[in-house]
Amino acid sequence: MRSWQQIKGDFPFFNESGKSLTFLDNAATTQKPKKVIDAIVDYYTRWNSNVHRGIYRLSEEATDHYEKARENIAGFIGSRDPRQLAFVRNATEALNLLAYSLGHGLQQGDEVLLTIMEHHSNIVPWQFLQEKGVKVKFADINPDGTLNMEDFQSKLTKKTRIVSATHCSNLLGTVNDAREMGKLAHDNGSIFILDAAQSVPHMPVDVHMLDCDFMAFSGHKMLGPMGIGGLYGKYELLNGLPPFNGGGEMIREVYTDHSTYADAPEKFEAGTPNVEGAVGLSAAVDYLKVIGMENVREHEKDLISYTFRKEEESGIVMLKSYGPKNPEIRGGIYTFNLGEISPMSLNDNLKNSDISIGSSIHPHDVASGLDMDDVAVRAGHHCAMPLTHRLNVVATSRASYYIYNFREDIDKLFESLERIRRLYA
Amino acid sequence: MTDEEINTEILLDHYRNPHNHGQIDDASEKLLEFNPVCGDTVQLTIKIDNDTVSDIKFIGRGCSVSQGSASMLTDKVKGMKIEEIKKINEEDIIRMLGLKLGPSREKCALLSLNALQKCIANHEKKAQGGN
Repeated sequence: MRSWQQIKGDFPFFNESGKSLTFLDNAATTQKPKKVIDAIVDYYTRWNSNVHRGIYRLSEEATDHYEKARENIAGFIGSRDPRQLAFVRNATEALNLLAYSLGHGLQQGDEVLLTIMEHHSNIVPWQFLQEKGVKVKFADINPDGTLNMEDFQSKLTKKTRIVSATHCSNLLGTVNDAREMGKLAHDNGSIFILDAAQSVPHMPVDVHMLDCDFMAFSGHKMLGPMGIGGLYGKYELLNGLPPFNGGGEMIREVYTDHSTYADAPEKFEAGTPNVEGAVGLSAAVDYLKVIGMENVREHEKDLISYTFRKEEESGIVMLKSYGPKNPEIRGGIYTFNLGEISPMSLNDNLKNSDISIGSSIHPHDVASGLDMDDVAVRAGHHCAMPLTHRLNVVATSRASYYIYNFREDIDKLFESLERIRRLYA
Repeated sequence: MTDEEINTEILLDHYRNPHNHGQIDDASEKLLEFNPVCGDTVQLTIKIDNDTVSDIKFIGRGCSVSQGSASMLTDKVKGMKIEEIKKINEEDIIRMLGLKLGPSREKCALLSLNALQKCIANHEKKAQGGN
């Protein structure tokens, strides 16, 4: 295998953009290797035309590229049938599609079970169903940031029609036991959906091994372009869903009074698809396959273990981090605070004694301070407000790693944190 | 030191040792302004006599930009006529801070101005009510 340093050399962002940035915001999006950028340029240079139903050869070639991309990406997540993969814009769209289409079959009193560590994209679409009387429940976490399986099981009831859970928390970094959750869901007769936006890019993911019914992921978090993602579904289930968007591509016949629909996956791909995105994501998958997802996972385990070691050595008393410390159940996501600020609502009244100036440094100040030292992290609620409030803080700062990060980046993070601590002391 | 560094130091000084910090017991107006995204909070109490802000205090919590700018703004408007305060706009606050702030941090900077303008609007509404 090539060295990680050589791998970083494949990314024009680090070598040609003129920025000497320590990029630690990979849970939000990732940089792109030259092979991905080249694949997109090559597509537009040589193959661009609209896919499907073009009778001319170029259109057939474009269709071929699009469908080969589907086959390649489906295989990457362990699917043996490319028809199980519908292209969508991102994991968010996949989850909206599922909530909408599965929602048709739900009735008043039915329940959807989520976890408190979900991203807003796996909360808000389900809340839309509350209008028709569907109840949305949340399984809690343990103090160490792992999922509370007892609470999960107690909330899994006869009324639970759907369980939708994240594979890896984008805030805590917790890697959930998806197989166990899926088994419990299936034993209960519930559909099991996995939000794999933070796992597919970072570890081997096999839909057969996990036995999930549906799975959502985003291309841009795994070296691919923005605007392309995947919805996996067991074929009978996927094909059985009513369509989401209507338009071209997704129909069989259209009359003035009714239409019939194509089979999955086309059923869910209304309109001209993002062929550039599919081709780019396929190139990203090729690139990751050469490195090997086991190696990606090991690399990130090393980085998160090293982070916890640095955290202890740093001696920054006010530094508090969240999530399990065992690298076996932890993704490459490090979320922390320099002192904690508790959340409040407009109904609260501030008292003089509430004032916390000096005892904590707001995550926005932390992120701005790190930015001064060219370290890019994210600060805020990370699209997980319920979890942030569950942790009883207004916000957190988050460093998230990928294949082009090294231990030196983590050294730089902690050096900068120490400088910020002194600045605000 | 660059201007940016000097202005950062001034802001941090206000953040660490805020001016006009606390609450006025017999305030004419009291208002809490809050940004749910980052949790920045400023609660103003102001005393208005003869269309002039005779006293103003704030308490709050949040980042250096939200709290430091509240300290600086309360300094600036104490003793000022209401009509003058109503003319203070977003650019004035950014100029007062003298820092290059991105759009998300600008919201922090403007939190106390929003609170102040709402206080003034509430006061005028009451005055028009004939009380």
